[in-house]
Amino acid sequence: MTMLKRILLAEDNENDVELTMTALAENHLANEVVVVRDGAEAWDFLCHQGTFAGRNGGNPAVVLLDLKMPKVDGLELLRRMRQDPRFKAVPVVVLTSSREESDIVQSYRLGVNAFVVKPVAFEEFIGAVKNLGLFWAVLNEPPPDRIQSPSAA
Amino acid sequence: MKTPRTTIRRKLVTAMMLTSTTVLLLVGAVFIAHDVVSFRRLLVQALVTRANILAANSTAALAFRNPEDAGQILAALKTDPRMIAAALYDKEGRLFATYPASIPPGVVPPASGPIGHRFEKSDLVVSQPVAEEGQSLGTLYLKSDLQELDDRVRVDAMVVLLAVLGSIVVAFAFSTWLQRRIAKPILTLAIVARNVSEHKDYSLRAKGAGDDEVGVLAGAFDEMLSEIQQRDREIRQLNADLERRVDARTAELEAANKELEAFSYSVSHDLRAPLRHIDGFVELLAKHAGPSLDEKGRRHLATISTAAKRMGALIDDLLVFSRMGRTEMRKTSVDLAALTQEVVQELKADAGNRSVEWKLGTLPTVQGDPSMLRLVLVNLLANALKYSGPKKAARIEVEAQSQNGELIVSVRDNGVGFDPTYSHKLFGVFQRLHASDEFEGTGIGLANVRRIVSRHGGRTWADGTINEGATFYFSLPK
Repeated sequence: MTMLKRILLAEDNENDVELTMTALAENHLANEVVVVRDGAEAWDFLCHQGTFAGRNGGNPAVVLLDLKMPKVDGLELLRRMRQDPRFKAVPVVVLTSSREESDIVQSYRLGVNAFVVKPVAFEEFIGAVKNLGLFWAVLNEPPPDRIQSPSAA
Repeated sequence: MKTPRTTIRRKLVTAMMLTSTTVLLLVGAVFIAHDVVSFRRLLVQALVTRANILAANSTAALAFRNPEDAGQILAALKTDPRMIAAALYDKEGRLFATYPASIPPGVVPPASGPIGHRFEKSDLVVSQPVAEEGQSLGTLYLKSDLQELDDRVRVDAMVVLLAVLGSIVVAFAFSTWLQRRIAKPILTLAIVARNVSEHKDYSLRAKGAGDDEVGVLAGAFDEMLSEIQQRDREIRQLNADLERRVDARTAELEAANKELEAFSYSVSHDLRAPLRHIDGFVELLAKHAGPSLDEKGRRHLATISTAAKRMGALIDDLLVFSRMGRTEMRKTSVDLAALTQEVVQELKADAGNRSVEWKLGTLPTVQGDPSMLRLVLVNLLANALKYSGPKKAARIEVEAQSQNGELIVSVRDNGVGFDPTYSHKLFGVFQRLHASDEFEGTGIGLANVRRIVSRHGGRTWADGTINEGATFYFSLPK
């Protein structure tokens, strides 16, 4: 039985994935991360379907979400999660390059837990991701996982 | 167009009636005068003839001096009621016989008068010589009244009066008919003109107004109407065209605005990502390969990193600048004095232990967007602080004064100043008059100042001398 990964990173850009993983690795959180490349894959992961059919574990402790992704974008995934009682309470942090007011407003309206703009300077970026990982995956107590089946536990 | 007080119809009839009546009365008067004159001539002729006959009959009575015969001869006059009196005088001029036989004194002259006829008051008098074979025997005197003449004049007057009355009736009928022919086209024209002016209907026409001057007038009127109608149509068309063009232009502008928004969105999102990657991987490279690189290699890595960060800053500034032009202004009352004080307090913290003397003049309350005006003051005051950095004792003054209906705010420093030749470049986007290693910054600050001030309806300009300081001004309409 695979251990439950605590962080779901939805990010289509390889470079960003690598930089984010580097930042998380500095805090020994890299092993806790599942990376998906678009919103559709993220949805499959959450619903235990497609390539993630039969995966172990329940909901992640936090979803780190990029906004601009192919197929299903970040805002669309967020909307789906908030409309589904199974994922309504899962913490979602938008991690994006966009500083557009409309994105920020839209994300909060859809019920995001935090909105973080990726800093251009790498040191700042490392710092931001470190803090995020520590707070949401370690410090924060996630909501009780209701969809976890008794057999999987 | 108001209804006329007197109609042209009435005026025409009145004019025609006045003319015809005056003419008729004049003609009547001339006719009566002429009739009176010729009738008097007839009366005289008749009385003279009668006197001649009587004189011829009376020769014997006068020759034989027989007054009784003479009286009888004169008595024959009684058959004529017009005869008032008659008298015979002998050749000495003494009264010989009279008619009527007994007569009150004064009716006939006591002695014979001059020969001939004359009109006396209401009488006609004739004196005629009585002679036989050239021998004068005496004088006959006849006096007739003018009753006949009076009757004649009365009849004449009646005739003239009847003629005038009859003529008036005929003239009225005739002038009414004529008036209709003259006035009708004018009335038609007036009605059309009134309808045009009341209903602004330029498609009406006054055609068929005859072939006289009124016809010409109506023709000209119709032509004018056609002209107006044509222009009206053109104006309407132009208006419609203009509206269509405005709509199209608005749609274009909206599309351009959307495009601009999409552009700035992708600038903020898509351009920042690769920059972050450059900086991130340079950092990773430095970490992994740094120790094995020589000094030059490490410096190159540092340059790449600095350049990426600088580009990030430029993009951020550009986005702020673009947003400054698009975001809605929220105008309220802004206390410039309090706002400036606040900004100065913030900047004092940045100034560290530099010796800066801040002098704030009296600043009024203005109408504007508080956060935008705050950005103006932050930019101008931070610039003043930055460019007075090399001075041992910096002095920064903020003042305001009213001039020509606008408020002019100035920020003066005693810093490095600038070459006034390039003052027009100061407010451009990313325009800088100093090297970036001399003074940091992207050069967006004054561009933002200009954009904000111009959105408030004001102007921006600057004065400066190299090494002697600079003054930046902005105006706000009152």
